[in-house]
Amino acid sequence: MKEPPSAATKIDFWQRLSRNRALLLLLSLLLFLLIWQMLVIVLNLPGFILPSPAEVGRKFLSVLSTGLLWRHFSSTLGEILLGLLIGISAATLLGYALSKSPLAERLLSPFLVGSQSIPMVAVAPLLVIWFGPGLLSKVLICSLTVFFPVLINTLVGLRDVPPELREVMRSLRATPAQMLRYLEIPAALPVFLGGLRVGASLSVIGAIVGELVASDRGLGFLINVGRGQYDTALVFVAVICLVVLAASLYGLVLLLENKVLSWQTWRKEA
Amino acid sequence: MPSPSEIALQVSDLEVTFIDSDGTLEVLDKLNFSIARNAFVCIVGPSGGGKSTLLRAVAGLIQPNGGKVLFPGESESKPQTGLVFQKPNLFPWRTLRENISLPLEIDHRPDAEISRLTQEMIHLVGLEGFEKAYPHELSGGMAQRVAIARCLVQDPEILLLDEPFGQLDALTRERMGDELLRIWNEQRKTVLMVTHSIPEAIFLADRVLVLTSRPARVIMDLPITLPRPRTDAMRYLPEFTEASRLLHEQLKGSTAPAN
Ligand SMILES: Nc1ncnc2c1ncn2[C@@H]1O[C@H](COP(=O)(O)OP(=O)(O)OP(=O)(O)O)[C@@H](O)[C@H]1O
Ligand SMILES: [Mg+2]
Repeated sequence: MKEPPSAATKIDFWQRLSRNRALLLLLSLLLFLLIWQMLVIVLNLPGFILPSPAEVGRKFLSVLSTGLLWRHFSSTLGEILLGLLIGISAATLLGYALSKSPLAERLLSPFLVGSQSIPMVAVAPLLVIWFGPGLLSKVLICSLTVFFPVLINTLVGLRDVPPELREVMRSLRATPAQMLRYLEIPAALPVFLGGLRVGASLSVIGAIVGELVASDRGLGFLINVGRGQYDTALVFVAVICLVVLAASLYGLVLLLENKVLSWQTWRKEA
Repeated sequence: MPSPSEIALQVSDLEVTFIDSDGTLEVLDKLNFSIARNAFVCIVGPSGGGKSTLLRAVAGLIQPNGGKVLFPGESESKPQTGLVFQKPNLFPWRTLRENISLPLEIDHRPDAEISRLTQEMIHLVGLEGFEKAYPHELSGGMAQRVAIARCLVQDPEILLLDEPFGQLDALTRERMGDELLRIWNEQRKTVLMVTHSIPEAIFLADRVLVLTSRPARVIMDLPITLPRPRTDAMRYLPEFTEASRLLHEQLKGSTAPAN
């Protein structure tokens, strides 16, 4: 007995579709926009409550063409990149130093754990009071948000370096610098990059929180402006830009992980 | 007794005591023995008796609480000891080749020399074709051979082997033993090897030392006079059986009272 050819091709089509992730993503996006547009039409909502996708698209093109969007986008991006740079470097250095000194780690760890539960939203106004509404306070908020996950993961990653591999290095008469280069960095990298992945997404939130508190530029500022003028489409444009920004940062770290940890691919398969 | 210049390793009055939360643990107590250059010496003893600790102390990984580890024929150019651990302890992010070349990289050798020596070692342990494999892709026996190659590539005077074939099946184990003898013969090293297997010790060694359980001391120093090269047929010689009986009795005696 042979299956009817039409059924076979049908199955084939669905299988191929479910394997093509880019196409699936596009489809779900289109579906989402469709439902959104339908909702606006059916419920007959005014634009300042829920703008239609078409309105948002028009808004996007207009702020893009005037250069307004790029000005604010680039300033948020700058804050995030600076914040990431400072936060990651400080956290990595401190993490390495602490991993070499168990006493210091034990002294500091209550603060580290405690500071993780402080909501950044609550600290942001303080930092704005201390460091002004300019770039500095945003960069600080952003680097603080990145700092803790990266620090914790650096510590955990270094602490979990297999002691027997340390012994191998010692039996090969490795210097501390060689220990770092040949053992500690590669061994701690998977956990470290995990922290970076969390930190990179959080950094976007950090920058926006800072901008929402007080600022005269950035996507957060744009959101404030849109809200003040009942220009909800503008708010949507800013939010979508933020989502794209956060997703790209996340994707970048993922890309880095895949590149650096290629030897680990078997783990994902298993 | 070999003359002092022929002695490769001298352990005198070696004492190691571990201190932890529930008191002190005397592992080695005034341990004494010496090993002639190019000799193959095996150590057998009860589990947890301090054999690994002894090798670690000889390799300089533990500071002894008393006594000395001496290398009389000291040469400046070569490292004294190379240690193969009880587990292969390979670096999972390094390929087979990169695992073997690690000691040379640490030693800042020129690239050309690194790749030449590494290739020689891969050939010696018979792992050609697997150069780019990662440790998780290797069998237990292959991983252990990589660990041995990583040790040999440093060209140490004294090879310290800690149950290198412990996790292998009997047949692979015998084949690895043969390979080890071949390498030892080609490279003319001094070998100090810990093993749990009495037949393996007799088959490989010139001398077998029996340690007591904690604190470890040498209670028997048995010369094995079987001719070399050793062959499988020798396993059935009366000499082999007699050595086996002696070692077995000593081991039983050394384990019973302590536990
Ligand atoms: N770093 C350490 N700190 C504290 N105790 C240790 C340490 N290393 C080993 N010991 C203890 O010393 C004793 C001897 O250990 P060792 O590993 O030398 O035994 P072994 O003879 O190699 O045993 P096995 O044949 O099972 O490998 C054990 O009781 C062990 O618990
Ligand atoms: Mg042991």
